[in-house]
Amino acid sequence: MITKKLSRWVDSRVHAAKFVKSALNHVFPDHWSFMLGEIALYSFMILVVTGIFLMLFFHASSQTVIYHGSYHALDGAVVSVAYRSVLHISLDVPAGLLIRQMHHWAALIFLWAILAHLARIFLTAAYRKPREMNWLIGLTLLVLALVNGFFGYSIADDLLSGTGLRIGYSILLSVPVIGPWLTFLFMGGVLPNPDAIPRMYALHIFLVPALIAGLLAFHLGMIWRQLHTNYPGPKRTNRTIVGSRLWPSYTAKSVGLLLLVLAVVTALGAFAQIDPVWIYGPYQPADIMAGAQPDWYLGWVEGAMRLFPGVNLHLGHWLVPELFFPAVLMPSLVFGGLYLWPFVEKLFSRDEGDQNVLRLPYEQPIKTALGVAFFVFMLVLLVAGGDDIIAVAADSSLVEMRTMLRVLVFVAPIIAAVLTYLVCARMRLKAASSVGDVQEISVMEERPNDSVIPSEAPLRSQLDEAPDRTCDESSEL
Amino acid sequence: MSENEKRPQGGLSAFLELGLGLLDIGWTTLKFLGTVVDRLLPAKVAPEPIPESGRAADQEMESESQMDRHERWGTLFVLCFFIVAVLGGVGFVIAYWMGVTSTAVLGGTLALFFGGMGVTLVLWARWWMSHKEAVEPRHVLQSPPSEQEDEAAAFCGGAHEVRRRRLLKWMGLTGVGVLVAMVVSLMRSLGLSPDLSLYSRIWKGGQRLVTLDGKPVSLSSLEPGSTVTVFPEDQVGSERSQTVLIRVKEQLLQLPAERASWAPGGYVAYSRVCTHAGCPVGEFEAEQSLLLCPCHQSTFDVLRAAAPTGGPAARPLPQLPLYVDADGTLRAGGGFTSPPGPGFWDIS
Repeated sequence: MITKKLSRWVDSRVHAAKFVKSALNHVFPDHWSFMLGEIALYSFMILVVTGIFLMLFFHASSQTVIYHGSYHALDGAVVSVAYRSVLHISLDVPAGLLIRQMHHWAALIFLWAILAHLARIFLTAAYRKPREMNWLIGLTLLVLALVNGFFGYSIADDLLSGTGLRIGYSILLSVPVIGPWLTFLFMGGVLPNPDAIPRMYALHIFLVPALIAGLLAFHLGMIWRQLHTNYPGPKRTNRTIVGSRLWPSYTAKSVGLLLLVLAVVTALGAFAQIDPVWIYGPYQPADIMAGAQPDWYLGWVEGAMRLFPGVNLHLGHWLVPELFFPAVLMPSLVFGGLYLWPFVEKLFSRDEGDQNVLRLPYEQPIKTALGVAFFVFMLVLLVAGGDDIIAVAADSSLVEMRTMLRVLVFVAPIIAAVLTYLVCARMRLKAASSVGDVQEISVMEERPNDSVIPSEAPLRSQLDEAPDRTCDESSEL
Repeated sequence: MSENEKRPQGGLSAFLELGLGLLDIGWTTLKFLGTVVDRLLPAKVAPEPIPESGRAADQEMESESQMDRHERWGTLFVLCFFIVAVLGGVGFVIAYWMGVTSTAVLGGTLALFFGGMGVTLVLWARWWMSHKEAVEPRHVLQSPPSEQEDEAAAFCGGAHEVRRRRLLKWMGLTGVGVLVAMVVSLMRSLGLSPDLSLYSRIWKGGQRLVTLDGKPVSLSSLEPGSTVTVFPEDQVGSERSQTVLIRVKEQLLQLPAERASWAPGGYVAYSRVCTHAGCPVGEFEAEQSLLLCPCHQSTFDVLRAAAPTGGPAARPLPQLPLYVDADGTLRAGGGFTSPPGPGFWDIS
């Protein structure tokens, strides 16, 4: 048996048998919502692999050339070397377009999965002690993913990405006091300049992914060390973990999930066109796309930029431009609030010690109401990011639409919060009225919490020890 | 699957569970078909005699033979997905080597491979792997006080063995400080200090206004209500220099008194870079005399020195003073009224 021989060979060199055994028996809870983070992890892996493929063909240079490639509609046009290489990948390299579209779709799914994962963690209060550090790391990963997504579609140097880049430049420039320095440090000067694309490329393919990979390893290491949380249920206490073992059932499910994520990304790359830069055309300073939109995950910033009234703040000789408030201050407050949340909640909570059993959203109505209000707030901003398109589609005036959205962005979250609170409170009441029956059953089955267990000794007797499994010659390993 | 083994908990709203549910329905259908076929076929083995040991063993036998049947048809079902996967993969290789360039064909076959393999593995995990709930204790993360103290003792004990610690500490801190200063200095190479290009007002007095194809603009070039993009004659095509030249009816203009002479013949010129977020202010609505930025829909009143009238922009577009020379050619009377583009801290 090769597996056995190999493991003996490795063990005699690194003393790994005990660790590997405990690793194989590691317990993972079974719940669909625990897979959201896994989907994010797998999309990141797809991003790295497809990204390496693209890297081999992409030329990060904004030097201009006259295009004479296989896309005849642009024959003779003045384009940048970067844009020409993206056309080459899309139209000439075998399977190049597939890989490029997969890369872009995987980025969208990556962000979708991170946000869904974040919502799950937030609504079930999984960030409580001892998991605050992982909350902070997770949020940092989200920031890095957002930023790297922006870099990714900016370096193609098509008309849309060029527009996005000008807006990004303007946002950076709007930071009080250090804005101009920051912009020059980052972009190498006013746009356009030859350093901007190579710098963003270096950040996009190396610095940010390396940070993501490092933090991701730490994120997973923490989960491994601290073990997952459990949803409330029989046998699930602060002192136990319930689920399937890593080997073999969890491994099979997880690898299966990886393959399914791959299948979805590949199918989207094959059939759903995304970012067709040859249609957008190269970036031309004097041209502009009407209805230009950022990728959806930055739509809330775009929406805030549109809704915020044109107000400049003059501080004597100095200026805080209008862009600062919706595009720098608002996102900073959003992320600042998210970063601080576990610590703020701790001030109002009576939790003591490690919290390993999740809370259901309805058990914490105020927090859930806040979370839903925040979500609705972001949703209105996202809609506002496309208000010109919606106004055209709805055949209404943009001014009216914008006034309505300006009201809605404050009113809708309040309504959503009140409704959520009422629903949660009602559910909590209902659960409390039936708790008598539930408790009788659960007492018969298992203790519902650990408060009455004085030590680990009596608990251990109820636990299933890791199975003693043997690999005899007949097993199919 | 025996009955005492619990199925994994299913979140009702989970999309994945829905997919698996559909597959379960597919499998159940197949099982049903299988049972029908089994009934139709003559039994190959005579039913086994019921052993004496009683009902429990009897039930076990019953469920085991049922399991055999499930496994047989289930295997067939899973095999279908595996075959689809392999066909997809082989299809991809063949298509690729035959030089097929269609993204749909290449991606479709590849997706079939991943999807088929994924479903195969997930079904295998669902049907033929143990769902026995494992329960394990969690270890308290915090170390016992004695270990914490040992840790502190190891650190402090080690540190106490160092002689002249205070000096070493100061040397270390100084070294780190100098290192930071050096690294920050190196960042200057990246372009830390904003250079004059940020504050430049682009135009020099006396420069002719030329279009993208290099032609100068004269007093008779435009009809009222029309517009053209112009550049300083030495920077044709430059992004920051782009200027929108508009001719309006002279009597409609409401420029401030000190700018009254900047619009000869009803020609006004403004920076074409939006003061909000730097997009080109590309659209001109002649009826309302408005310039509109397509990015965030800011509007600027051409008649009133490009003052912002709607949308998120707060500052007017920088204006370019104009005059007409002896030949009737339009020339810049100086630079823009402020640096073009979005605002920043020390713009004035």
